[in-house]
This record gives sequence, C-alpha cells and structure tokens, in this order.
Amino acid sequence: MSDISYPVTDSAADKLSTATGKKLSDLTLENVLAGTVTAADFSITREALLLQAEVARLASRRSLAENFERASELVGVPNETIFEIYELLRPGRAASAEALKERAQHMRNVYGANRIAAFLEEAAAAYERRSLFRRRY
Amino acid sequence: MSDQNSTPPLPNRWQRFDQWDKRPLRLDRFAREDAKNGFAATNSPADPKPSLKISQGKVVELDGVAEADFDLIDEFIARHHIDLSVAAEAMALDARDFARRLVDINVPRSELTRLAKGMTPAKLAEVMGHLSTVELMFAQTKLRARRTPANQAHVTNAKDDPLQLAADSATAVALGFDEIETTMRVASNGWANALGCVVGAAVGRGGVLFQCSIEEAEELAIGMAGFTSYAETVSVYGTEGSFIDGDDTPWSKAFLTTAYAARGIKARCTSGGGSELLMGYHDAHSILYLEARCLCLQRGMGVQGTQNGGIDGAPLTYSVPGGGREIFAENVMAALLDLECASGNDTRASSSEIRVGAKIMPALVSGTDFICSGFGSILSYDNSFAASLFNGEEIEDFLALQRDFVVEGGLTPLTEDRALDVRRRAVDAVAAVMEELGLAEPREDQKTSVVFASGSLETDTFSAGEVVAISRKIKDGRITATDVIKALHKRGFVEEARNLLSMLRLRVAGDHLQTAAIIRDGKILSAINDPNDYSGPGTGYRISEERWREISAMRDSIGRSDVFGAGARPHDGNAAYALIPAGSAALGRDKKEVVIGLSPAWGIDIHETTAGHKLSDVLDALIAGIESAGSSFRVVRVRHTADTSFLGLTAARLSGSGYGIGIQAKGTAVIHQKDRYPHMNVELFSMAPITSLDHYHRLGANAARFAAGENPEPVLVAYNGEALLAKHHVKTALLFAAETGATNPAALPEELRLERRR
Repeated sequence: MSDISYPVTDSAADKLSTATGKKLSDLTLENVLAGTVTAADFSITREALLLQAEVARLASRRSLAENFERASELVGVPNETIFEIYELLRPGRAASAEALKERAQHMRNVYGANRIAAFLEEAAAAYERRSLFRRRY
Repeated sequence: MSDQNSTPPLPNRWQRFDQWDKRPLRLDRFAREDAKNGFAATNSPADPKPSLKISQGKVVELDGVAEADFDLIDEFIARHHIDLSVAAEAMALDARDFARRLVDINVPRSELTRLAKGMTPAKLAEVMGHLSTVELMFAQTKLRARRTPANQAHVTNAKDDPLQLAADSATAVALGFDEIETTMRVASNGWANALGCVVGAAVGRGGVLFQCSIEEAEELAIGMAGFTSYAETVSVYGTEGSFIDGDDTPWSKAFLTTAYAARGIKARCTSGGGSELLMGYHDAHSILYLEARCLCLQRGMGVQGTQNGGIDGAPLTYSVPGGGREIFAENVMAALLDLECASGNDTRASSSEIRVGAKIMPALVSGTDFICSGFGSILSYDNSFAASLFNGEEIEDFLALQRDFVVEGGLTPLTEDRALDVRRRAVDAVAAVMEELGLAEPREDQKTSVVFASGSLETDTFSAGEVVAISRKIKDGRITATDVIKALHKRGFVEEARNLLSMLRLRVAGDHLQTAAIIRDGKILSAINDPNDYSGPGTGYRISEERWREISAMRDSIGRSDVFGAGARPHDGNAAYALIPAGSAALGRDKKEVVIGLSPAWGIDIHETTAGHKLSDVLDALIAGIESAGSSFRVVRVRHTADTSFLGLTAARLSGSGYGIGIQAKGTAVIHQKDRYPHMNVELFSMAPITSLDHYHRLGANAARFAAGENPEPVLVAYNGEALLAKHHVKTALLFAAETGATNPAALPEELRLERRR
C-alpha cells in the first residue's frame, strides 16, 4: 500500500521537484519576480503524474490511473511530436498499419514510452480490421 | 377589397389556437417518435439486448456483437471500459433490481460505481430505462462524484474585446462560478481572449479554472503558456460513422486526453444525445443507448469527466417525446460511471421560458458537479458558443430558483457596488498588463465604457483588427502567464498576481487532474477529498447557514422597515382634513346615509394603499362619490376587526340606510348591507394594487345609490391577468400585519369627525 495522501501538493511537497529541479516551496511570487523561477517550472512532472495515478488507482479508478501513466510518458515529448501522433491517429491519415507501428517503436526507443507504444499498436490493429487506412482527402 | 357592410367571416377554428400559435413555445418544433429514423429518446427496437461473453480474460462478445464484428467503439469499450473483475457479477444482475439500488439510501455510491464498471452500454441503458424522472433525480443526488455542486460560465463577447472579457470574467468569479470557458468569433484572437479572461478571473478570488475553446493544437499551446487550466473540447460520439465523420477515432481522442494530462491540464470529454442524429449516423439506435456507448468509451479513455446531456444536440433531443428525461438520464449515467458530470444546460433548448426553467430543474435540484457546462454569464447575443440555456439576462431568475428550492446552484447574488468594483478592477488590471507588455494602450473612455456596459453593443473599445494584432503579439512574443504575473505585480495588482500564481502552482503536482476537481479558498476539492457521501436525509452536501445567507440575499428583498420606514407618509400635514375622534359611533337616523368604516391602522400606521394612493385622497374620492349620488356620509373607525367583510358589515349596521363601505388601509374595499351574511357582500374591490381613485369615486356613488334603493351597475376593476400577488403580496402581508396588530377585540366603533383644512 501507498503512503500517498491527497492533495499531493501538501503531502508530497518535499518529494516533488519542478522540471528544472526546484522545490514546490520555491514557487513563490518573490522568485517569479526575481526571475529565478520561470514558466518552465510550472509544468507537470512525470513523478507527479505517477503519484496521481496511484491516488486514482486507490480510489478504484483504474482507467484514469492508466491515462495518467500514459501521460507520464509524454511529459518530455515535444508538442510537435504529440501533434504528429495525434494527426496520425485520425482516420485515413496513416496509409497503413505500418506507419503507426513504426511510430510506436520510435516512442518506445526514444522516450521509453512503452504504454504509449502499446496503445498505438492497439490502434493500428483496430484500424486495420475496420479499414481505416483509406484516403479521406 | 372587403365589403364594409358584410359581417366579418366566422373564424374557422377555436380562437385559443390562434393565441397558442403566438406563444414562444410554438417557435419550438416537436418531433414525432420514429425510432427507425433515430427519433427515439430510449428503447429503439434496434437497440441490442445486453450481453457480455468473456473468454480467456478477453471480451469476445459485447451487446450481441461478436469480437470479429466489433466496430471501433465496441472494441475500445471491450478493451478499456469493461472491468473483467466485476463484469460477470454486474451483467448477471437484474436491471430493475440494480435500478432500485440506485435509489436505495442503504447502498453506497462506491458499490454502484464498482458494478457499473462491469456493465455494457446496453445494460446501462436498460437500467436507466427503469427510472422515472424523480428517481433519476434521487439517483443523481447519490451518484454525483463531488459532494459540493458547482457551476461553469461562458465568458465571450461579440467583439472578442479583452477589456470586456476581463470585466465579465471578474463578474463571473464574483457570481461564484468555479470554471470559466471562453471562445472567440475570430480564431486568431484566442491568445487575447485567454489574457483577458485569465486576468479577470484573478480578480476577487483565486482558483477559478479557465479554458479557451479553440482548435486542439492552439488550445494545448495556450495551455502550456500557463493561461488555461482545463479543456473540455474532446468530443466523442456513439457511432463509428459519426466518429470518423468528425475526423477522429476513440484512440485519437484518448490520445488527446492523455496529452492534456501530460501538460497538467484538467480535461473532460464532450458527448450528448442527438449529436449522432444531427450528424446523420444514428444507426436507428435510441439516443440514450448511443450516449451509453459514449460514456463507456470515455471511462475507458481514462478521462476524469464529461460534459454531457444534450449539449449542442439538446434542442433536437428536447424535441423528441421523453427528451427532457433522456437528457437528464445521460447525466445520471455519467455519474454512475464515476465520471465528473458537467450537466449540459449550455444550449438554449427552447424558446419557451417555462420549458427552459423546467429543463434546469432536475440538475439544479438533485445537484451535479457542474449544473451547467456553460451558463451564459454574458448577454445571449455576446455568447460566442450560441445562447446557453440560461444567459446574462436570466442570472437573477436562476438565483431565485436556488433560493426558492433551497438548492445549491453554485451562484451567489451580486450587489451593485460589488459588480462595479470588480469590473473596474479587472479592466484596470488587464489594461495595465497590456501596457506593460507592449500590447496596447487602452484609453480611459474605452475602459469606462466597458465597466458600465451590460453587453458589447454598449462598449466603445478595440476594433476586431486591433484585437487580432494584440493576440498576435502575445503569441509571437511567447508571452507566458509568468510575464503576466510580473506585469500585474509591477502595476500594483499584487493580489491578482498571487491568484494567478496559485493557478500555475497547481499544475506541478496535478491534484486538479483528479475526478471532479475545483478550487475553493485555495484548496482543492475533488472526488478524492470531497467525495459525495450522500446516504439519505441529513447526509451529503448541505447548505451551511453562512451559504444560506448568501443564497437567500436576493437583491431588493423587502422587509418591514422598507414598508414602514422612510416611505410612509403621515396622514396629516398635506391632507385635506383631519380625522378627529368624536366618541362611540351610534346607529344613524338618515335613511339615505352611507357609513364608511375605516380599518384600525388607517392613517395611523399606514398612509397609502398598495396602489400608492394617499389615504386622504381615497377617502376624498369615496366621499365625493357618495355626495355625487345625493347621499350623505359618516366616517367611523372600526377597531375590533381588520377584515374587509366585517369592516363593511359593521359600517352597514351603523348606517341609517343599512348600507356601508368597509375599507382597509391597503385599499381593499367592500360595499355591505346590514342584513347580509358577513361574506355575502354587495360589491367587493379586492384588487387594491390596480384600483384607481376613480374606482373609489364610483364605489362611493354606487353605495349611495344602493342606499337610495336603486340597483346600480357594479363597478368592475379591469384585470388583464398579471401576477398581481407575486408583485404585491410581500408588501400586502406586511401592511396587513400592521392592521391586525392595531385591532382591539373589545373596542367599539368610533365616530370620526372630518375637520376640513382646505
């Protein structure tokens, strides 16, 4: 069992650090004004998402937890890459299942995104069975 | 040309239909039930029977469809929604038996949501089919994810004006909304909209979640810049055809949901009855069954919540027989699936104000996580999503409903001073930020016009072209929320800077990503730490005494001090006479006289009628009427009763003619005759608020004619059906309490002598 209590902001303040290695308690108005804390410090971290996944699972919300776990794999992935994948998942964008499978392998190799990869492979199989790899425009 | 001399043609229909045709209701279209063509709220013959087969830890049949024939939605539900650990138990339950558990206070919510996770869409639709509307409402009270209900505002305007967006966001915050959603007329204005709203939302109190509804990539980019904190544009559909036509799949939408979580942005999906019908891919299924598919899909995607219940399809669904119940059943089903439910009510589903008010009631009375997934806090013409069920025009109607039924709708009455304060502060703050960041230099007259404007038709502000330039500067300059914080602080908006910072801090730990999260007083409230624990009377969310004081404080409420305070005018001074007590009243000898019996508080505590006539003028009119018909009068004060009938009868029995007038200070009057039963009067003037001085004059004249043995035509006070009682009864009750308070059962009628003063 976990000792995570909610809100994580309060219970795990010392465990969590920002993308640039600062503590939650460093995110003060004074530090923002001084420029020592920047926009980059206000993004969610992989660790936080995994903690939230744990909280969700303890509350019997398995699918929500799984989404947070998938999301934890995307934290370091650039927006452009995320939108390329999203575009590829839309109907008729990929020409074949191979395109999606290749992208899955890429996510696995480059980002260690195993859950995302499995999700893309699952989509590839479903799209193939339902003939989604057809031109829409 | 018609012949002037011919009689008009007879109408060919009962004229009531002509009147009905002119009612706002008749602007609504009503659809015939027609399941084959998709017009069935529930129970289409094409809806499958619930079924589930599991083999080797895998779903191999879902609602009558074998695995090999699964469409994309079936497959996603089979793989991600169906909880195999509970599916066999859940599917074996009798649907009616399970429906009864939904309204059983002894079965906890957690047990119901546990079982629902093993149910197929057809099973869930079957369960819902067993519940009446009132049972659905009860189930919703139990099943809502968060204990505390809340509400969400649309903040938009027809000019995409950032000054007005700031003012209206601050107003929405002051009204109590926990989420603000914006969109724009011109897509490229997204960044300026976001700036206006986020600054306005930081005025007054922190913690209001904000979203900017726009194309996905732009929405995510605006979110990453720190402006937005939630998204609800992830639409899903209940048929494969609609989904693909909408240019998405369950996997693409699920991936988008994951992307929002990866950026620390709260997300909910959108679904809602009627969308498949509108898009032409309904597969002849009922609206409720298709929504069940949408909701199972959403739960499988791992999104924390949904905005559902009609949404854009609400007017269509509301047109179908049983549509109102179906729309609410969608909300209950979402809650049963353990999803945060923002219960639609964001589309004007009817032109009938009665149907609008009725439609909100199930969600408002039972309580959902967000009563509206977009209450138009601005005027309807400024609503860039199209008019909501309730808009700026009707905010006070909604406040009245909360107060009438002692229900939590998430809104708080706004005082005039508070409204101007927050609007001025928000406009000054966003103008300061725009100046600091080199975006624009708002003029004082522009700012002032926005502060006082109810809607964009009244503002003198930026042109659309200027807003495009502002938006581009924010985007191209890569301005982030931290830049806004610095600008706010530099210009002295320290509290607003802190509030905005608190929203940014949220996303590092992501507590607001959990089911049904909102922020109140800087603290997260979600289904985790504010779970709905309703289990019957005295449990669950209860309106606290403090909250009740807020809800009940309707603007312009009146009390005793308003009726008897500065407004009361003394009878003496400007009156034409004084009423001088002249001993016990005796039976008159004049066979033609009319006695006027005044009520106990007449001219003492009360000095004008509910119609606003001075009592001296009323008495003058009565006397002039009596004299105009050739009779004489006497005036007595009755102290033993304040009831009109007994006032009149007392006067009649003192009258030499046997006819008297009884009149209360609030203006209600009667002509009476001494031999009649108390409540069998001669003429009654019960509608004091619309009784004129001329009516009192004619009343006096008629009483005199009765005294002279004539049978005059009764005086009728024309009434056109308005809600007189709602308008006047508060004041009437307060006034009448003064009358009854002034009675003395032992006191005998007293003769009054009129001393003329002019």
